[in-house]
Amino acid sequence: MSGATSRATGGTTATAVKPDRAARPATMAQALQRAMRDAMAEDPAVHVLGEDVGTLGGVFRVTDGLAKEFGEDRCTDTPLAEAGILGTAVGMAMYGLRPVVEMQFDAFAYPAFEQLISHVSRMRNRTRGAMPLPLVVRVPYGGGIGGVEHHSDSSEAYYMATPGLHVVTPATVEDAYGLLRAAIASDDPVVFLEPKRLYWSKSDWSPEAPAAVEPIGRAVVRRTGRSATLITYGPSVPVCLEAAEAARAEGWELEVVDLRSLVPFDDETVCASVRRTGRAVVVHESTGFGGPGGEIAARITEQCFHHLEAPVLRVAGFDIPYPPPMLERHHLPGVDRVLDAVARLQWEAEN
Amino acid sequence: MTVQELPGAASYRPTPPPAWKPRTDPAPLLPDPEPYRVLGTGAVDGFAPELLRRLHAELVRGRRYNAQATALTKQGRLAVYPSSTGQEACQVAAALVLEERDWLFPSYRDTLAAVVRGLDPAAALTLLRGDWHTGYDPREHRIAPLCTPLATQLPHAVGLAHAARLKGDDVVALALVGDGGTSEGDFHEALNFAAVWQAPVVFLVQNNGFAISVPLAKQTAAPSLAHKAVGYGMPGRLVDGNDAPAVHQVLGEAMARARRGGGPTLVEAVTYRIDAHTNADDATRYRGDTEVAAWRDHDPVRILERELTGRGLLDEAGIRAAAEEAEAMAARLRERMNADAVLVPDDLFTQVYAEPTPQLRAQAEQLRAELAAEVEGDTR
Repeated sequence: MSGATSRATGGTTATAVKPDRAARPATMAQALQRAMRDAMAEDPAVHVLGEDVGTLGGVFRVTDGLAKEFGEDRCTDTPLAEAGILGTAVGMAMYGLRPVVEMQFDAFAYPAFEQLISHVSRMRNRTRGAMPLPLVVRVPYGGGIGGVEHHSDSSEAYYMATPGLHVVTPATVEDAYGLLRAAIASDDPVVFLEPKRLYWSKSDWSPEAPAAVEPIGRAVVRRTGRSATLITYGPSVPVCLEAAEAARAEGWELEVVDLRSLVPFDDETVCASVRRTGRAVVVHESTGFGGPGGEIAARITEQCFHHLEAPVLRVAGFDIPYPPPMLERHHLPGVDRVLDAVARLQWEAEN
Repeated sequence: MTVQELPGAASYRPTPPPAWKPRTDPAPLLPDPEPYRVLGTGAVDGFAPELLRRLHAELVRGRRYNAQATALTKQGRLAVYPSSTGQEACQVAAALVLEERDWLFPSYRDTLAAVVRGLDPAAALTLLRGDWHTGYDPREHRIAPLCTPLATQLPHAVGLAHAARLKGDDVVALALVGDGGTSEGDFHEALNFAAVWQAPVVFLVQNNGFAISVPLAKQTAAPSLAHKAVGYGMPGRLVDGNDAPAVHQVLGEAMARARRGGGPTLVEAVTYRIDAHTNADDATRYRGDTEVAAWRDHDPVRILERELTGRGLLDEAGIRAAAEEAEAMAARLRERMNADAVLVPDDLFTQVYAEPTPQLRAQAEQLRAELAAEVEGDTR
């Protein structure tokens, strides 16, 4: 699955840079590390903290080398306590620092929810703008890596339901760098969801000439098509691209929209695509009931109803606790399930 | 083959485990078993008379502030008021030990400490009036927003103190919490981080006997709340929370220790919540009059006034001046609170993100249209 990002990432131009700085294969984990490294080099206010982020470089090695380069005061191994990590980061941000917090795994971030919901998300609001809270919470999320219980949750719906947070998730190496730089530069708190099964996905990428850091909140069309729109994000983007490729055999030209940002939500890009295609399927790993797909389907229905040829469908994880690793393939939305949904889009009605 | 028959079994000698010793000597961290007292012990001689008179004036003002705020709830001018009547010594001392550059992290019951620190009482009461959440710029006053979710402000204090130290600034954070708050996970995590980082922070637990209705005995089995410090590797101090000079001294020592790089201290001030939890609470359901009466005898204003007048440090004129000043403060507060609040519905949307999202812009527009229609309806 992780090899399927080549279409999504494409190639960055390396013509303007020196030969030793030319684009070379880089993983998403490396791009994320580079984003933090560059932000820390540019701004002494940027601090990284979390469990095992220092000496070890993080369990996914995303903070590899940061403590060595910037010292343990800038990249800090904290005690093992997520509420404490985020709570102290709030205090650091109150004093003018820009903390980047790593939560080790999706499900390990839950102890920090009170800090996130009661403080991080509303500090700007409660102080009527006097005290914004520039803070990034990095959360490896999603399944597909054979993780045992509590290592594979798709927790995005919890974050999306909390006003005051930005929620972003990259699907490509370029976006991993660009979005994380944008998140760290943002004066608002950002929950940065990292699809862990894409950590080792590769792209020819030049960190010295990274793609422009776009403002948070813009979706991107990864593949154009006229038959239907697949709306997706993070770990499901490669799945949808693969499905779109396979759908050509059925005569369907599927458009793939990578949301990149769940909050703010890019209604404009999504609706423009759905108005073109008249059909939409939302694809994500998160549970269907109460998941992001319901909100997205409702928004499309409200804004594009008269352009729709079929109900907006959802391909989501089942409404079950995340399965044990040997059963997870049944849970994760795969290419076949996406194509099945596309097949159900009332094609006969058109003819 | 039995174990005895194993090759080399006869000559086997177990390897001793690596040496273990405690990381910190716990003895100096232990609190004294009796709360530290100044009043009635003669120790007041060591205090500057100006400080003692200042403490007295602030206690009188604080008592009047609590009474006025409680009265304002009865008049519907405040949504709710969690009174600190009986705890004024803690509130006043906490504010007075701070340097201007230091930070205060109050809970919802600590508006008085914010006021003594210099915050406009009307701004301190914004949360409880309900016209916004935080009525002041925390950075301007170095007072964190009044915190309602229990103990969640404690890690903020640790992080801020840690950040200040990383920047090389001479700043100490003083965080206030109640006895109930010590049961929360954030209390534990904050104290642990503070000790590991040796952050310049002081934790003041105002043990006022109750978490709404639940007495301390149902909250903890610890010998005292100050004893909890030892488990984190920081000193615990126990002080009579109604003895203003004693609280001032113990907090001052803890602040000085933090300032010179000595790390955090946990101070437990033993006090009593004379009023109910808030105006919406009925304290007669969970405690008796005798207990309250005993604490009224040990009232912070009364015991300080008694000692100071007995030693000739305060006379009738001084007491009268303090009362008049308190009355004037209450009158100003009444006047401020009796004026209708200025409400800005648009701020609901503009202050969620640096830039409102397209969705919030649309919702703000919707509300503006609804309000315009209301006005039109009213004038029709």
